[in-house]
Amino acid sequence: MAESSVQQAHVHAPPEGFIRKYIFSLDHKVIGKQYYGLALVAVFTGMILSWLMRIHMVWPAAKIPGLELLSKVGAPGGVMTPEYYLSLLTMHGTLMVFFVLTNAPFAAFGNYFLPIQIGAEDMAFPRFNMMSFWVTFVAWVVLMLAFVIPDGPPIAGWTEYTPLSAVGKDAGPGMQWGASLWGVSIAIFCIASLLGALNFIATTLDLRAKGMTLMRMPICTWAWFITSCIALLAFAVLLPACILLILDRHAGTSFFIPSGLVISDRLQPHSGGSPLLWQHLFWFFGHPEVYIAILPSMGIVSHILINSMRKPLLSAKVIIYSMMSIGFLSYMVWGHHMFLSGMNPMSALAFSFPTLTITIPATIMTLIWLGSLYGADIKITSASLFALGFISMFVAGGVSGFFLAQPSIDIYLHATYFVVGHFHMVMGVASLFGVFAGTYFWFPKMTGRFMNETLGKLHFWITFLGAYCIFMPFHYLGLIGNVRRYQSFVDDYMAPYLSWHQFITIAALITGAAQFIFLFNLIYSRFRGAPAPENPWNATSLEWSIPSPPPWNNFGGRHPVVYHDPYQYGVKGSKGDFVMQDSPEALASGD
Amino acid sequence: MIASTASSHAPSLNTAGGAERASRSGIWVGLFAITMSFAAFSSALFVREGTPDWGHLVLPSILYLNTFVLLLSSGTLELSRRSLAHATVADSTAATGGIGWLLCTLALGIAFCCGQYLAWQNLRAQGIYLATNPNSSFFYVLTFIHVLHLLAGIVALLYLTARFVFRRAAFRRSLLDNTAIYWHFLCVLWIYLFLLCRMKL
Repeated sequence: MAESSVQQAHVHAPPEGFIRKYIFSLDHKVIGKQYYGLALVAVFTGMILSWLMRIHMVWPAAKIPGLELLSKVGAPGGVMTPEYYLSLLTMHGTLMVFFVLTNAPFAAFGNYFLPIQIGAEDMAFPRFNMMSFWVTFVAWVVLMLAFVIPDGPPIAGWTEYTPLSAVGKDAGPGMQWGASLWGVSIAIFCIASLLGALNFIATTLDLRAKGMTLMRMPICTWAWFITSCIALLAFAVLLPACILLILDRHAGTSFFIPSGLVISDRLQPHSGGSPLLWQHLFWFFGHPEVYIAILPSMGIVSHILINSMRKPLLSAKVIIYSMMSIGFLSYMVWGHHMFLSGMNPMSALAFSFPTLTITIPATIMTLIWLGSLYGADIKITSASLFALGFISMFVAGGVSGFFLAQPSIDIYLHATYFVVGHFHMVMGVASLFGVFAGTYFWFPKMTGRFMNETLGKLHFWITFLGAYCIFMPFHYLGLIGNVRRYQSFVDDYMAPYLSWHQFITIAALITGAAQFIFLFNLIYSRFRGAPAPENPWNATSLEWSIPSPPPWNNFGGRHPVVYHDPYQYGVKGSKGDFVMQDSPEALASGD
Repeated sequence: MIASTASSHAPSLNTAGGAERASRSGIWVGLFAITMSFAAFSSALFVREGTPDWGHLVLPSILYLNTFVLLLSSGTLELSRRSLAHATVADSTAATGGIGWLLCTLALGIAFCCGQYLAWQNLRAQGIYLATNPNSSFFYVLTFIHVLHLLAGIVALLYLTARFVFRRAAFRRSLLDNTAIYWHFLCVLWIYLFLLCRMKL
C-alpha cells in the first residue's frame, strides 16, 4: 500500500505539561473544546441577559435581586433603567452572534472534527489555530470589560449603527468607553476568525487523506469548509469597518458622521460622513454571518440524520451544491437589511430578488431532508431529536423570510417583533439545535462516555416547545404592530400586548432553566457517563474509526486510506448495515 | 462486484509536500482576505468621495521614490529566490548571492517604510493630519495599513535570513517562495493604492 511511502512527519510533537496540553495547546481537539467552553460561557451569559430583559419588559418596576451589583447606575436599587435595558440588549446580541453562533457550530465542532473527518493529524497551521482561539478569548475579555467599567456596556445594539455609535458619550450611557470596547473587541474577533478560516480552508484543500476526494468528504466537513470561505470574506470586510469606526470615535475622522449633527444639544465636530456607509459595510458582513451560523448546523444535522435513518439522503451532492449556492448568494443580499434606510426603490428591488432566490437552495435542502425522512425508520435519540427539531425551527423561522424579503412588506414589519421572531428562530434557535445535536452525537467520541439520554430527551422537549412558545408569538405580535427595541410595554396602546409578553417571559424563564439540565448532563456525563465504545452509533466517517477520546495525533501514526463516500448505510457490510469510509470492503455501487 | 479503490489524485496526509501545499494555499487564501479588506476600504472611499467636503490632497513627492524602492525590492527578492533555488551546497556562490539579495530586499523594505514615514511627516508639516479632511483620513489609513502588512513581510524576511545564517540545514525554500508571493502582492497592492490616492485623493 502507498501508506508505507508516506513520510512520518507529524505536524507537531506530542504535548507535554499541563500548559501545553490544556491551555496553549496546539492540538485541534483541545482548541475545539476551548471554543466550545467559551461558547458555553457566552451562551449562558447571553441567556441570563435575555432573562433580565424579559423580566424588565413585562415588570419594569420589579427589583431584580443582585442586578445592582452588576451596575449601580444601570440598575439603582435593582430596578433596571431603560438605558441599561439597551446595554443588555447590545451585549446579548453581540455575545450570541459572535461568541456563540460563530464559535460553537463552526469553530468548536469544526476544529475538533474537520481534521479527523478528512484523515489529517491536525490543522494545517496548529500555531495559528492556537492563536485564533486565544485572540478570540481576548476579544471576549475586552467585550466583557464593558460590564465593569463605570461607563457600562454600549446601548447601540449589536449592529452598532452609526452615527450614534461613532460620536461618543453624547449618544448616551455606555457610548464613551463601552462602545469603544465593543469596536475593539469585534475588530480582534475579526482577526481571530480570519486566522481560523484560513486554517480551515488550507487544511481541507491540502491535508486530506489518500482517497479522500472532495466529494467523499462528509456533509458537515463541506459545511465547515464553505462556512470558512464565507467567513474569510465577511470578516475581512467587518475589520476595516471597525477600524474606521474606532478612528471616528477616537481620532476625530468623519467616515460615518455627517455634517451638522446635533446630539444631546451638542453640535458634533464632524462633517460629511455617511452613516449608511457603516450599514453597507456591516451588513455585507452581517448577512453572510447568518449563514456562518446556520450552515455548520445544516451540515451537522444532515450528518446525524443519515446515521439515524441508516440510509443516505436523497442526494448528498445536491445538499452540498445548495450550501455552495447559499454561500455565494449570501453576498448579494445585504441590502435587504436596509430597506428602511431610504435606499432607491430600484436598489431595494435588486436586493429583494437575490433574497428571494436564496430561498430556493434552502427549500431544496429542506425538501431533501423531509423526502429522505419519509418512510425512514429513524432511531430516536437526543441527537436525532435535535436534528429533527432543527428542521422544524428552520422551516418555521425561515418561512417568515419570504415575507421580509419583499420591500413593501418589510417596510411595515421591519421594526416589529416579526423580525425578532424570524431571526431568533432561523438563525439562533435552529443553529443552536444543530449544536445540541452535535453535542449529543459526538460527546461519546470526545470523552469516551455517553450523555444521559433521558435527560437529553427532557432537555429537547422543554427546549423545543419552549422555543415555539417564545418565538412564534413574536411573529403575531409583529403582525399587529408591536415595535421592537422598546424597554417595556406599559404604555396604553401597548397594554393589549402585555399578557402575550408575560406569557413569553414565563416561557423564556422555563426554557432557559432547561438549559441547566443540559449543562448538568454535560458535566455529569463527562465524569460519570456510561462508557462508550469506539463507534457507538455504527457510523461510517473517519472519526468513528479511532479510539474515544482520540489520541493526540488522531490516528496514532496510522495514515488512513479512504475507499468510499461517507454514507454507506443500508448496505451489507462485515460489521452490519454499514461500511466505513476506510474499509477496503468492496461495494456493489463502487462508491 | 467492482472493488472501489483509493483515488490516487487526493493529496497524501502530512507529508512534507502536503504541508508545503497547505502553506501555499494559506498564503493565497490570506492574500484573498487582504484584498477583500482593501476592497472594503476602497468602497468606503468611493462612497465618501461623493460628499461636499471632499477636497484634494497633493501627495508628497517622496511617494514616487518609495514606489520605485518597493518595486526594486520585489526585483531583488526575485533575484534572491532564483539564486537560492540553485544553492544546493551550503557555501556555494549562489547561496551567498541569494542571501545578499535577501538582505538587499530587507534594506529596501525598511527604506520604503521610512519613506512612508517621511511622507506622513511631510503632510504633518503642512498641517494635514488624519482628521483634517476625508482625503487625508483615507491617505493615512490606507498607507498605514499597507505599511503594517509590509512590516509583517519584513519580519518574515528577518526570520528567513536568521534561519539561513544560523540553521541553514532547516532552511525551507517553500517559506521563501511564500514570502516572495506575499511581498510581490504587497508591491502590486501599493501600486493600486498609489494610483487610487493619486486619482481620487
